[in-house]
Amino acid sequence: MINYDVDVAVIGGGPAGLAAAVSAREHGAKNVVILDRNSWLGGILPQCIHDGFGVEETGTSMTGPEYAEKYIEMAKKHGIDVMKGTMVLQFNKKLEITAVNKKGLHKIRAKSIVLAMGCREKTRWNVMIPGNRSSGIYTAGVAQAFINLYNIIPGKNVVILGSGDVGLIMARRLKFEGANVLGVVEILPYASGLPRNVVQCLDDYDIPLFLNYTVTCIDGKERLEQVTIAQVDDKMNIIPGTEKKIKCDALLLSLGLVPENELASDVGIEIDTVTGGPIVNQYLETTLAGVFACGNCLQVYDTVDVLSADAKNAGKNAAKNLTIQKEDKKISAKIVPGKGVRYVVPQRLSECERVHLTLRVEKPQESSMLRVIAGDKELLKKRLPWVNPANMIEIDVNIPSDTIAFMQSLEVTLDDH
Amino acid sequence: MITEKKITCIVCPIGCKILVKTDGTQFEIVEGNKCKKGIEYAKNEALDPRRMLTTSALINGGEWPLISVKSSKPVPKEKIFPILKEIKKNAVDAPINSGQTIIKNVANTSIDIVATKSVKKL
Ligand SMILES: Cc1cc2nc3c(=O)[nH]c(=O)nc-3n(C[C@H](O)[C@H](O)[C@H](O)COP(=O)(O)OP(=O)(O)OC[C@H]3O[C@@H](n4cnc5c(N)ncnc54)[C@H](O)[C@@H]3O)c2cc1C
Repeated sequence: MINYDVDVAVIGGGPAGLAAAVSAREHGAKNVVILDRNSWLGGILPQCIHDGFGVEETGTSMTGPEYAEKYIEMAKKHGIDVMKGTMVLQFNKKLEITAVNKKGLHKIRAKSIVLAMGCREKTRWNVMIPGNRSSGIYTAGVAQAFINLYNIIPGKNVVILGSGDVGLIMARRLKFEGANVLGVVEILPYASGLPRNVVQCLDDYDIPLFLNYTVTCIDGKERLEQVTIAQVDDKMNIIPGTEKKIKCDALLLSLGLVPENELASDVGIEIDTVTGGPIVNQYLETTLAGVFACGNCLQVYDTVDVLSADAKNAGKNAAKNLTIQKEDKKISAKIVPGKGVRYVVPQRLSECERVHLTLRVEKPQESSMLRVIAGDKELLKKRLPWVNPANMIEIDVNIPSDTIAFMQSLEVTLDDH
Repeated sequence: MITEKKITCIVCPIGCKILVKTDGTQFEIVEGNKCKKGIEYAKNEALDPRRMLTTSALINGGEWPLISVKSSKPVPKEKIFPILKEIKKNAVDAPINSGQTIIKNVANTSIDIVATKSVKKL
């Protein structure tokens, strides 16, 4: 066993981990280490070769690899230790991390830990698609890695299930590589990816988008031969007689992402069942003191810009945690999603001050009123011209110190008026 | 010939469906835009639609088989496939640094193809 002591250990070297590590250094942490199981830094970004990263943050549109390189340079400049090819197996309540790489088993004792493990993709088994277990069925992100990192084309005639951004971008990518994209199938009445991607990845290349449709059967002995798609009604039940058969040799699944949090839940950190990420307070500290969470393992972000900004906050607080003498927290109020709101992060409030909330709504809606309410007090009221579950909403709200008594809750709601 | 085109505006998340009339040089909004920005967007889309092009090129002797690339400027939409074809024809040699031009004046567009990743020699 190889032993180390560090100030801040960051688990995951994607954009979230990099931003958190840099920020921890900038805020006084001396000894910062990033642990990542990949042989490279940047997480998922090197395979996201399209542009659109960093627009809000820097004003220029970068590709994924360019964005990653920017942060990798910063990490280098700040003298952050990096352990690549290193898989974190677990950590305990004393913040001792067990990790393994080719050199052996490592024990890293940290004063603060930042979780930045990213997310995994949902698979066929998350949505239970009936049919054969033929080859040719990939998650969209795996297909993205095949094409963009390893020069392997997953199929010639492709159907994509799910209209999230990764799926839309893969539709165009496959077209560029000479494959036929026979359609993107979406169970909801609207595309779940950004409108920009619907226009520039599907409409531009006349790729059909089947809304209110889903894949109902997969056929193929060895290799995928065809899929059956069918229309669904407003209760998501399949409408008999609407089935269409599509001959294809690959099916890509873009069904959404699931935060990767086995490490957190194993040590007893509470997980929010809606976001799939740890429950955190406004300092992005989880229910285990000294452990912070950021990036896609906290909640699935739309853009890397907002993700990095929040991750810097987590890194800063991880550094502050080194010097703060922990007195008993005065309050611990819950921040809960009310009518029309699916989730709010952070889920807890430890101190009354100005806090940054990120949230998602239940469904697309024109002109609506967002409110933050504490008991019978309205802390914030904001008219939103247009909301969509695909677009995360960020708001800052002032919480006066007399607002919350011990264990009272703060509610965020969305109304028609 | 004057044709009608339906353009989805992507300036903001509302995504107005803007109906325009155009003959390739003249342009007129029929309906659908909720704000002024939509007019500018629809005009460009109707008369000279352009896109940033990102793809990858083969690289010899590198730590990866591919190097990701982009166009130095948005390219005319109808040039996308000719440009892709030209990128496919060439393989570059490692090492290549991010930002390095790998094809100049691709498909006679006076636009360059630039690496977006650094690939070391193996
Ligand atoms: C397939 C896919 C495609 C995407 N495409 C886009 C896109 O086109 N545009 C966009 O804006 N966003 C895209 N995203 C969202 C993208 O994930 C985020 O923008 C961003 O990359 C997430 O950053 P992150 O650091 O949270 O996670 P990641 O980039 O996923 O990084 C997490 C890192 O943690 C490491 N890790 C996890 N567990 C362990 C462990 N136990 N031990 C050691 N290391 C570990 C992983 O190896 C990985 O490197 C995509 C996401 C996915 C999954």
